[in-house]
Amino acid sequence: MSRDFDWPEFLFVLGAVRWTVLLSLIAFVGGGIGGLILAIMRTSSIRALRWISAAYIGLIQSTPLLMQLFLVFYGLAVISGVRIDPWPAVTLAFTMYAAAFLGEIWRGAIQAIPRQQWEAAAALPLAPAAQLMHVILPQAFRIAIPPTVGFLVQLIKGTSIASIIGFVELTRAGQLMVNVTFQPMIVYPVVAALYFALCWPMSMLALRLERRIDAALGIRRHT
Amino acid sequence: MPLLALDGIRKRFGTHVVLDDVSLTVEPGEVVAVIGRSGSGKTTLLRCINGLETIDEGSIVFAGKPLPKDAAALRELRREIGIVFQSYNLFPHHSVERNITLGPTITNKLPLEEAQKIALEVLREVGLEDKLHAYPAQLSGGQQQRVAIARALAMHPRLMLFDEITSALDPELVGEVVKVLERLATSGRTMVLVTHEMGFARRTADTLVFMHQGKVWEKGPPRELFAAPKTKELESFIRAVLEPND
Repeated sequence: MSRDFDWPEFLFVLGAVRWTVLLSLIAFVGGGIGGLILAIMRTSSIRALRWISAAYIGLIQSTPLLMQLFLVFYGLAVISGVRIDPWPAVTLAFTMYAAAFLGEIWRGAIQAIPRQQWEAAAALPLAPAAQLMHVILPQAFRIAIPPTVGFLVQLIKGTSIASIIGFVELTRAGQLMVNVTFQPMIVYPVVAALYFALCWPMSMLALRLERRIDAALGIRRHT
Repeated sequence: MPLLALDGIRKRFGTHVVLDDVSLTVEPGEVVAVIGRSGSGKTTLLRCINGLETIDEGSIVFAGKPLPKDAAALRELRREIGIVFQSYNLFPHHSVERNITLGPTITNKLPLEEAQKIALEVLREVGLEDKLHAYPAQLSGGQQQRVAIARALAMHPRLMLFDEITSALDPELVGEVVKVLERLATSGRTMVLVTHEMGFARRTADTLVFMHQGKVWEKGPPRELFAAPKTKELESFIRAVLEPND
């Protein structure tokens, strides 16, 4: 017997939003730490560090997220010898994915800071770590805010892929409700609307931040 | 003993020889003005002195010690050699005060209060104590350059290097920066300046160095060099600079 998509079904889907948000947050924070390390490695004067980080970023950016998710999921299962919970697999896979993309975004931001700023800091003379901390990163951070928020939006939408290995987040919760209600044209619009409610305010925030930074730098754009 | 002694310096960028057997000594309290056409190696020479560029041959001896190669020792030395750049290079996200206290607090590990006292002192020296809490973007080019001078002074360097510090300024702002330079020069500081301000060089420098094709072409007291250049290169350079529209 099928049932209708009613309040209890809606609340089930709504409740799954927290797993989408939690997964996105973990991936963003973990990926942020990894991405910062990668960005610093990518701009380092040590060739080996640049090479390792470039290889990692290239590998992640040039393979589908779904393959990475499968490889981590089945890889962990093979290593541990048991069929494992999707949680560690999705958090690890999405963290690795976010680290590569954030690393590349932040590398661009660091390299956008004029060479003279490094030189002025070196002349003071600040040590390399202090040059980064007091002079380069605070400026790069401002440049990086809009693309970083933009990536966060991509990440939130991207977590829907976790549904494929049975991780119950927003998309998977929708699928489950379609299975019991046979009303995909009601359930999926609701799911999409919930993603929209999460992502649209962030896109707006990114746009506003971008305008504010443009204004601070004296850039005018036609919008 | 000279504070700075350069001996037989050679520097190449690829196959292009930028500095060709340059030797020069700077005594404590001496003000040396380096002039020459663009591409004559003046700026590279200055950057070699505090290790922003490495040299291929020759030696640089500062206060009796050769310029070190390893990064930590070079940093140690840079505490005693301040440099001011053509494009000011203030840190736009820091206030004037923080721009100045960064070196003293982070590098010299002074307590913030003491560094702030120094900031006020050096800002007074350049006449900008009222701009303590301003941000670089709120200042004119001339003011930014004076803050950059103050930032270098705050480390109490034994030698100050100035790399064409008035070249990026609007003409009406050059005067205020030159005035600060003259005050520093007459207060007994040791300074090496790459400059296009011939009036300043003639009035204030103890020694004028004319560079041409990577070499020290002529050197001597500025009045003598200006009045009676020995080479036709310096003669034509002086003519070009003093009568640019002829």
